[in-house]
This record gives sequence, structure tokens and C-alpha cells, in this order.
Amino acid sequence: MTRLCILLVLLSSAGPLPADDAYQSPEDFLNEVFNGKVPDARVLWLNDSIRETSSAIMGHPYPGLRIRYRVDGERSAWILEETGKEKPITVGLAINSQGIEHIRVLAFRESRGWEVRYPFFTDQFHGARLHGDYSLDRDIDGISGATLSVRALKKLARLALYLHSVVMAEHDTPAQK
Amino acid sequence: MKLKILTASALGAALSLCTLAGQAAAVPDNAELWKIIQQQAQEIEALKRQQQHTDQKAVAADEKAEAAVTAVEETGSTGGNWADRTRVGGYAEVHYNNLDGSGGASDQKEVDLHRFVLFLGHEFTDDIRFYSELEVEHGIASHEDEDPGEVEVEQAYLEFDLNDRHMARAGVVLLPVGILNETHEPTTFYGVERNPVEHDIIPATWWAGGAGLSGQVAPGWSYDVLLHEGLMTSAADGYLPREGRQKTGEAAADDLAATARLRWTGMPGTEIAGTIQYQSDITQGMDPNAGNAILYEAHAQIERGPFGLRALYARWDLDGSGPAAMGADEQAGFYIEPSWKPVSNIGVFARYNQWDNAAGDNTGSENTQWDFGVNYWPHEDVVIKADYQMQDNDNGEEQDGFNLGVGLQF
Repeated sequence: MTRLCILLVLLSSAGPLPADDAYQSPEDFLNEVFNGKVPDARVLWLNDSIRETSSAIMGHPYPGLRIRYRVDGERSAWILEETGKEKPITVGLAINSQGIEHIRVLAFRESRGWEVRYPFFTDQFHGARLHGDYSLDRDIDGISGATLSVRALKKLARLALYLHSVVMAEHDTPAQK
Repeated sequence: MKLKILTASALGAALSLCTLAGQAAAVPDNAELWKIIQQQAQEIEALKRQQQHTDQKAVAADEKAEAAVTAVEETGSTGGNWADRTRVGGYAEVHYNNLDGSGGASDQKEVDLHRFVLFLGHEFTDDIRFYSELEVEHGIASHEDEDPGEVEVEQAYLEFDLNDRHMARAGVVLLPVGILNETHEPTTFYGVERNPVEHDIIPATWWAGGAGLSGQVAPGWSYDVLLHEGLMTSAADGYLPREGRQKTGEAAADDLAATARLRWTGMPGTEIAGTIQYQSDITQGMDPNAGNAILYEAHAQIERGPFGLRALYARWDLDGSGPAAMGADEQAGFYIEPSWKPVSNIGVFARYNQWDNAAGDNTGSENTQWDFGVNYWPHEDVVIKADYQMQDNDNGEEQDGFNLGVGLQF
């Protein structure tokens, strides 16, 4: 038991995370996506149509009345949240005309399923696009014991791709502005 | 005639002069112009003030609208109140077994609410949380002997985040061993019933009171160490691990057990893990002919697109002449389970299981079972299952037939 206590103390005083292991702040994520020239935030109001489709993607209505995003030309960036098993996972996503450009877990609060934060998992999403039925155009291999965390990230990836398409359509159709 | 023309011209000229004289009299002088300019300036100023006021009202209206929207959004988001920090979940599975017994084994034709489980968790702070699992097995549990069920608290622990990578747990916890012991919601595995190797060798579901640490040591690498109540088997029960679970009910704690697991999940769809457990006396000092026990377990799970593979091996080594005399000094088993999803919500599988709870002697006590079946997920949290099982046991007691089941989690 004494050894266990010593181990506990040592672990609790463990040093900072390695650079590739640390969570990125939303500001750092946006700076990375837009090379330091972050455009002003815009707001996408969740009208009936958007709410209906986002509900179908997420399996429930996305909370809130609007979603903030940044857009620069064909690239948009979104910071979205979805609950895994018990707690919300915060994810930054950048979309361009080629599909998902960046996806980064900015905050993970669950006890299990933390593997979804690492590039060995998130790299699977790079370049992913949506089919017409709002499914991803590729299989995403899961993490054993982290089914709900994996599911949350897949849903957020689909949602961001859909929202990006809405924003781009609005930009292409001035009459809808 | 000329006179008339001259007269008319003179009259016209006179009229024109009169008109010009009248117009010259209506032009304001400088003072009047200045007055007009001042009046207009005042009107412009008044209009400006009115516009400014309108703008201010618009800004105020925007701010009010923003505040209202934010309030509505915050009401629906995760906040700090009690309800937001409390989570409820659960799972359930109902089975229909249609098995024919042979060689002395009984038929098993029954419908069973095998498990009904409620999760309840609460977060005290961002770093301290509680998690519990209350289960009713087989539908009904009472003081009547004929009622087959049990009410069990399979998890009830506090978890403390030590930092971003390590956490401590204390209470009743699921032991970190095998594939199903920690993740056993019906939607997560193939087959109506859980596999027999993780039932008779590991033995899942296996929980214990104790304390320990979990965490990540590198990307993809994680560990668990736990000091907890041990098993309490006996010769009368054939030193079977499953019969030795104390379930944290006034559990004898003369001889605690220690469990450690190392797990690698550094590649999507891949898990490789190994667990070792040591207990100084598996009978809690009740049997002088028994001694320590060590469990070794290793497994792999691989998912690649529509293909899946699970494989697990587990083995007990029990010390002492008592277990050795019954062949229970070695108890081991393994299974291998390939699967394939032709479409995203339908999967088929085959599983070969082999296990022996008395492998330490030469008497025939080995069991084997083949399972073939299908899972259909009409929703990601709902599953309908069917499988067929065939047993080939050394003792000749076998149950063959099919099973049907429905399961859900929320």
C-alpha cells in the first residue's frame, strides 16, 4: 500500500505533457488553420432546415440557436461539441473544397476513449467528404472500448462538412444573404 | 394699324416690368438667408440626434437580443448545476435460448431478461466524479429460492483526475481484464450470450472493491494498476474462479489481490492488451491445501473496415495440493472470433472457444464450442442477434441449439 501511495504521489506530480500530447486551445487551432490571419467570427443561425439536417446527423438537435464559424474563401473553421459517453468533447475542424483539412480534439473530458485525440486516429478523417446522405465517404476504424467517443467525432466531422456546404452555398447565392 | 401694334407692345413691356419688379421684391436679404440657414442647421441637428438615438436603440436592441440568445443557449448547454453534472444511462438484453441437452446436460428452452442495468454518475468538480452501475439479472430477485435473479452493484467508485494523463479510482470497480469485462453492452459484441471463456475462466463480469491508478504513459499506451478484494474459492466449488467472486458484499479481505494491465491502442481499430493478477491465497486462508493464484490474460482486437477479429487467451495457475489434486491448478482457455459486416448495420461472425477449468491433470475436462451468428443494428444503440452454438465437451455433456436476443443501450 505504501508503494501504491508513493506511485500515486509521483504520478500526480508528473511534469507537463509532451508538445505533441498537449491539447490545443481554440485560438491556437484557428491560428494554425488560417496561418495567423484569423478572419472575424460569423454566425450561422440554425434555421428549420439546418436544424433538421443537423439533428439527423447528430441523432439529436445541436444545442443553441446559432453556430459561430470563421471563413476565408473556400476554407471554413468550426469548433463544435458532442457528448461521448458522459461529457462533451470539443473538436476543432477546418474544411476546404477538398474535404476535412484539419481535425483536432481541443478538450476531452471522458475517463475512457482518450485515444481519439491522437493523430493516429484523427488522421483517418483528412480529406473526408460527405455522400449525398450525409455519411462520410470512407470507413473510420474505431478504438476498442471507445465506441462512443469515436461515434462523437464521426458525427462532428459530418456536421462540420454539412455546415461548410451551407455556408459555401450562401456565399455562392447572394440573394440568400 | 401701326398705332395699335405700338400700343400693344408698350402694354406688354409695361406688364413685364411690373412682373420683374414683383420678383425682385421676394428675394430675401442676407439676414433672412442667415436665418433660413440657421433654421435648416437646427433641423439637420435635430435629425442627426434622432438618427443617433435610433442607432443607440438599435444597438441596445442588438445587445438585448444577444443576451437573450446567449441565455437560451446557456440554458441548454452543460453548465454547473446539479442536473448538468449528473448522468443517467443503461443497457438491457433479453434472450431466448433453444438448446437441446445431451450426455446428461439438460435442455435449456427459456426466455430471460438476462440483464437490466442502470448507470448513474455525478461530477462533483471537473476533477472528481462518481460512477455507478446497478444491475438486475434474470428479471426478478427476491427471497424466494425459485427466483433466479440477483440485484448487484457492479460499479460504485470515485474517480480523481491527478493530471491530464493519470487518474485514481477507489470503490467498487470492474477489473481491467479481458475484452468484455469492462465493455459489455449488448450492442458491442457478437453473440446472444457472452463467450464461455470470459465467463468461466476470467470470470466476467468481475468486479471488486479496491483502489488504483489508470493513465496514459505515451500516445497509444495506457496502464491500470489496482489493489482489490481477492477471490474466495474452495475445494467444494472446484476452485473455480467464477464461484470465488465475493462481489464486495462483506468480502473477506485477508488476502488482497493486485491486478495490472498494459494496453496498446496506438493504431485505429487495434487493441493489444495484457493483464496479470496475483493473489497470495485464493481461499482467503480457509483452505490449508490451497495457496496463491496468478492469472495471465492477453487479447487482441482488430477492426479493418468491414472486417473484425477478436482473440483472447487466459490462464490461471493455482498453487497448493488441493487445486492440484482436482486438476484445477491450471485453468485456461482461448477463443478466436472473426467477423464481417457486409453492410454497416449487419455483421456476421464465427467463434471458436476452448476452455478447461481442470486442465492440470490428464482427465478429459476440456470444453469446446462453435458459435455462428448475426447481429443487426436497426439503430446504433439497438441490436437484434441470432446465433447457433455447437458444443463438444470431453465429459459428453453438451448443449446445442440456437439463441435469439435483443439488446439496447442508452
